Amino acid sequence: MNYHWNWSIFLEQVKSGDETYLDWLLTGLGWTLALSLTAWALALTIGIVVGALRSTPSRLLVAIGNAWVELFRNIPLLVQMFLWFFVVPEFLPRDWSLWVKQEMPAKEFVTAALCLGFFTSARIAEQVRAGVGSLPRGQRDAALALGLTLPQAYRQVLLPQALRIVIPPLTSEFMNVFKNSSVAFAIGVLELTFQARQMQEDSEQGIETYLAVTLLYFICAFSANRGMAWIEARSRVPGLIARTN
Amino acid sequence: MIEIRNVSKWYGQTQVLANASTHVAKGEVVVVCGPSGSGKSTLIKCVNGLEPFTEGTITVDGVSVGDPKTDLPRLRARVGMVFQHFELFPHMSVEQNLALAQVKVLGRSKEEALARGAVLLDRVGLRDHATKFPGQLSGGQQQRVAIARALAMDPICLLFDEPTSALDPEMIGEVLDVMVELAQEGMTMMCVTHEMGFARKVARRVVFMDHGEIVEDAPTGAFFDAPASERAKTFLSRILRH
Ligand SMILES: Nc1ncnc2c1ncn2[C@@H]1O[C@H](COP(=O)(O)OP(=O)(O)OP(=O)(O)O)[C@@H](O)[C@H]1O
Ligand SMILES: [Mg+2]
Repeated sequence: MNYHWNWSIFLEQVKSGDETYLDWLLTGLGWTLALSLTAWALALTIGIVVGALRSTPSRLLVAIGNAWVELFRNIPLLVQMFLWFFVVPEFLPRDWSLWVKQEMPAKEFVTAALCLGFFTSARIAEQVRAGVGSLPRGQRDAALALGLTLPQAYRQVLLPQALRIVIPPLTSEFMNVFKNSSVAFAIGVLELTFQARQMQEDSEQGIETYLAVTLLYFICAFSANRGMAWIEARSRVPGLIARTN
Repeated sequence: MIEIRNVSKWYGQTQVLANASTHVAKGEVVVVCGPSGSGKSTLIKCVNGLEPFTEGTITVDGVSVGDPKTDLPRLRARVGMVFQHFELFPHMSVEQNLALAQVKVLGRSKEEALARGAVLLDRVGLRDHATKFPGQLSGGQQQRVAIARALAMDPICLLFDEPTSALDPEMIGEVLDVMVELAQEGMTMMCVTHEMGFARKVARRVVFMDHGEIVEDAPTGAFFDAPASERAKTFLSRILRH
């Protein structure tokens, strides 16, 4: 391989300003973290609500939940990014449409966070529904028999158990959020992948660039994994073994 | 207290309750028995509206269960229920299990609820287990906690659905003892059970079900000494042999 290695490239100044390439990558990392965590918070909230709806006895609520999941699950994420960015604003009422296109602050970031959050929420909803479904029917009966309303039964009895059960699949969803956030470069969010492409073109040191970015994504996903493992250990219930009846 | 009048229920084509009528007066214990699949659980779950029914009426303390205008959570808060598989909430400690509905439904303070829970735990002989989790208790202990949880709501009556049939034989006694005590104190109880010793001791009447029908509804003595129907005779001879 006839490649000119230069690992000190990260400390050199970019061609067009007085920042270093490291500054670019750290800015990218910052946006990646902000985007992923915002999307995750949104996804978890919506995913739990939609997943719970899909496990209720009400056909209408189940249908609404199913529609949400199918909508976001069946379209590639990259296409969804473009849809939210270019297409959806055109269908808003005229005033909103103008506001979104001309005045909305951090337009790219907000769009990407909503898109990634919704996309991930559909996947979480599926896990949560399965988690609630795996609980014995008697748990719902017992909660209702005590006089709790259905929402109270979910909040106090069903979801706390279901969420513990689905921590392992939720862990991979959390890691996926970091990985999937890279798609946001396509609509111009200045996240890690965007900065990497910019650095590669500017510095012509593509290999160092992408190795560094690989490491940063790895650290993000790995931290997400460790964080969830910590939550799982903390939420473990003494004496609880999966029941089989 | 509990009035069940001409209640029928279908799951699609199959009828699981057929024109069932019976009642439980205040302070009375009524035992419901019958072969597997005869509709006992379904009937008892209709009483607090956990199962909807297709025809007929059920009233509890004058409140119609099937009426869409009835505030079911409010009614259920006054009707205790004990399940075959205990159904304690496994992610909560014993004292939290007892306190949950007192706080969320009755609006008691946390301290008040814990204090009331402690009294009831003591009463079922489990004073030292308040901070344990259900998974750390034996089946018999879990079922006694479940009874205490129902009592913590100060119910006007209690429903039992085979409370001892998931228990190892050596634990059945400790649960039945608690139930007998409750009966002797005048608690209104409707119990699905095959514990005929319990029935003889405290039940005013025995209701025998088969194929969703109430085949017999007789005073306890009469039911055991002279069952009127062939089906009840066969059933009794089968379960009394064990
Ligand atoms: N969700 C359901 N859909 C269709 N049929 C049902 C459903 N639940 C119960 N059944 C039927 O209703 C009938 C009565 O059931 P139920 O559980 O009330 O019987 P049981 O007397 O309590 O029996 P066991 O002694 O086994 O507990 C049974 O034949 C059962 O197969
Ligand atoms: Mg049953």
